[in-house]
Amino acid sequence: MRIFSKKTLALILASSMAVTLCSCAGNKAKSDNTDSLITIGIPQDLDDGLDPHTAEGAGTREVLFNIFEGLVKPDSNGDLKCAVASDYNINEDGTVYTFTLRDNVKFHDGSTVTVEDVKASLEKCMGNGDEPLVASFGEVLKVETPDDKTVEVYLKEPDTDFLANMTVAILPKDHLDASTELIGTGPYKFVSRSPQENIILESFDDYWGEKANIKKVVLKVVADADTIVMNLEGGSVDLMARLSTSQASQLSDKFEVCEGTMNLVQALYLNNAVEPFNKKEVRQALCYATDIKEIMDFVSDGKGTETGSSMFPAFGKYYMEELNDTYNTDLDKAKELLSEAGYPDGFEFSITVPGNYKQHVDTAQVIKEQYKKIGVNVNINLVEWDTWLNDVYMGREFEATVIGVDASQLTASSMLQRFVSDSGKNFINYNNPEYDETYQKAAASVKDDEKTEYYKQCERILSEDAANVYIQDLPNLVAVNKKFGGYEFYPLYVMDFSKLYIK
Amino acid sequence: MKYVLKKLLSCIITLFIVSFLVFAAFALIPGDPALSKLGTNATQAALDAMRHKMGLDRPFLVRYFTWLFDAVRGNFGNSYSYSMPVASLILDKIPITLTLMVYSMILMVVISVPAGVYASYKEDTPVDRVIQIANQIVMAIPPFFSGILITLFFGIVLKLFTPGGFVSLNANPLKFLGFMFFPALAVALPKSAMVFNLLYTSLNGEKKKDYVRTAYSRGNRSKTVFFSHMLKNASIPTITFLGMAFADMIAGSIIIEQVFGIPGLGRILLTSIQNRDYPVVTGIIMLIAVTVIISNMIVDIIYKIVDPRVDA
Repeated sequence: MRIFSKKTLALILASSMAVTLCSCAGNKAKSDNTDSLITIGIPQDLDDGLDPHTAEGAGTREVLFNIFEGLVKPDSNGDLKCAVASDYNINEDGTVYTFTLRDNVKFHDGSTVTVEDVKASLEKCMGNGDEPLVASFGEVLKVETPDDKTVEVYLKEPDTDFLANMTVAILPKDHLDASTELIGTGPYKFVSRSPQENIILESFDDYWGEKANIKKVVLKVVADADTIVMNLEGGSVDLMARLSTSQASQLSDKFEVCEGTMNLVQALYLNNAVEPFNKKEVRQALCYATDIKEIMDFVSDGKGTETGSSMFPAFGKYYMEELNDTYNTDLDKAKELLSEAGYPDGFEFSITVPGNYKQHVDTAQVIKEQYKKIGVNVNINLVEWDTWLNDVYMGREFEATVIGVDASQLTASSMLQRFVSDSGKNFINYNNPEYDETYQKAAASVKDDEKTEYYKQCERILSEDAANVYIQDLPNLVAVNKKFGGYEFYPLYVMDFSKLYIK
Repeated sequence: MKYVLKKLLSCIITLFIVSFLVFAAFALIPGDPALSKLGTNATQAALDAMRHKMGLDRPFLVRYFTWLFDAVRGNFGNSYSYSMPVASLILDKIPITLTLMVYSMILMVVISVPAGVYASYKEDTPVDRVIQIANQIVMAIPPFFSGILITLFFGIVLKLFTPGGFVSLNANPLKFLGFMFFPALAVALPKSAMVFNLLYTSLNGEKKKDYVRTAYSRGNRSKTVFFSHMLKNASIPTITFLGMAFADMIAGSIIIEQVFGIPGLGRILLTSIQNRDYPVVTGIIMLIAVTVIISNMIVDIIYKIVDPRVDA
């Protein structure tokens, strides 16, 4: 009954974030102030729709986390805890997941959650016969409800990692289209929204679990990064995540700055299908020419955690620190490899970066300077986010890009599946039969330690084959007004409002 | 009557052209609203389904004329991002941007007209020179920068308002107006410098005209000549400019909304362009076009009232 090795994950988290957690989630003082209010700044409006099953933006998911819940939900250690379900059971070979419904879980409209609601929600994710609405639900064969307390999910193939997908929101069966009406079971309920202005949430009195401390949460859209500090200092925003180091340093002592990680892998992603990146030596040469320390110093005052493969440290069980040393800066070695590959005088390529991500743009600029030393000329091509999505991610028409790739679920496969040669998400066109084979073994394996070993092997291949120039997991600086406490970091891109409290 | 009809017809033709250009622009620029909505997890099948749902799989001209027929009947479609009708989305935001514009307009007149008249009245005195220098400085600062300076000085140093602390009109009208004063000031300042200059130059130009000399020689008091003859004549170019300035203020407001974090039309317009939310963008641009055309019409009419010689 263990999908995430709780101990290992918790350990790594504890070691990486112990300092922060102590200072930020300190003594908890319950306040039952009924007009308590916190204003949280968010960098963009939830403009990709509010349906928890189709909303893709990480910024949207982090808000919806507070409104909707699945049968299980992750806690701040990355463990999956029962939510709408009170218990679950996975059969030996990982094909049948059985959930027992928790008694008296209420939806925000006051109705009680039934197995029909669960079934309808899961079937919505499976799509209607054709394309699944949520990609991973393609694995689901059928959902059955033998009695009014039990839900059984049958999979087509054994998958012991599937539990993480059961975090998908449970909606009332007659409100499955949640794009305008948001009815979930979470600790906060949706009150109103005004596009580009704010979203207002209120704590849900009939929540089944530990109720939220603060009555009203206003999510204020602070679209212009230059006004974040003024908003915080002026008192119109109490909490804002993902600040840059320079923004954090401008804050007065009214604020506490908590430091965590963004939980993504920032890398110079190389299109493995184009010249000269189809040559392993060239990719390795770039890895040797990259000085990660210098990038961190420049981009975020030396903060950040090095990553040597497509896995970030919060994935304690899978993260392999030793891969950070596969390549250490060595310009001679880099030049040598370039000559071997047939580029003794270097070459020229362009990095396409979405201009709205300052850290990635800054990183590209440092890389440009670093590669000059081995005779490689870099052109930086700044594009809009939408153009990036269209040309780079979907169109795969690019040479290289700096971006952060995060995990939608707390499973190794959500980081590693994308590099299988025929994956729809394989935007770098990585094609390595050895990798494909190892990944298949990992996916098919039902023994946890064996599975983990295969996943680690996948990471090793990505690192040694220099699929990309891996850089770091970026620091996440969160400014919290000292009037408030209880901010907790999650190993996923979420923010938990219910734990916040007034000191 | 004929005049109004003529204007109305040209207005309709302009709107027609503008809407076509907006549609054409979106057909040309890169980006796909379906992809924008589905994000990195989009599969080809999901994209096709979404494009079909949004109607993007139809030819350009079909899309345009469908939109046009709906728009004529007052249906501007649904926003892709917010799943709500474009008309109600825009209607919610109009009061904010309109308040900003009208506010700036009032401030502009209140600042520039007295200053212009006074400086011209005191031409070639030290007071005049001080005003002139101040005016040059104000004119040289673009609105977004004066916005930052105003935020810094009035917001952070003097704490007269909370930077970014926008209060919506419904929540508290007084606080709303209080907050909007400073953004309006930022929009108004550079424009008032221009109005000042225009008024000042034309007033000084009038001084040299024959009718002024005649008026003086007839024994009129200098104040009477200045205020009842010269000011009226000098105000014609200023009124034209005010009309143009009002239309131009939409652009100024869009920028200032970003600086002060005001969730008005400008913010919606910018984010909708980024998200390729075509129905919203088209709706707002049509609204801006209508505003510009109407304010130009009003200027023409006022012009006729002030100077009946002007032939429409």
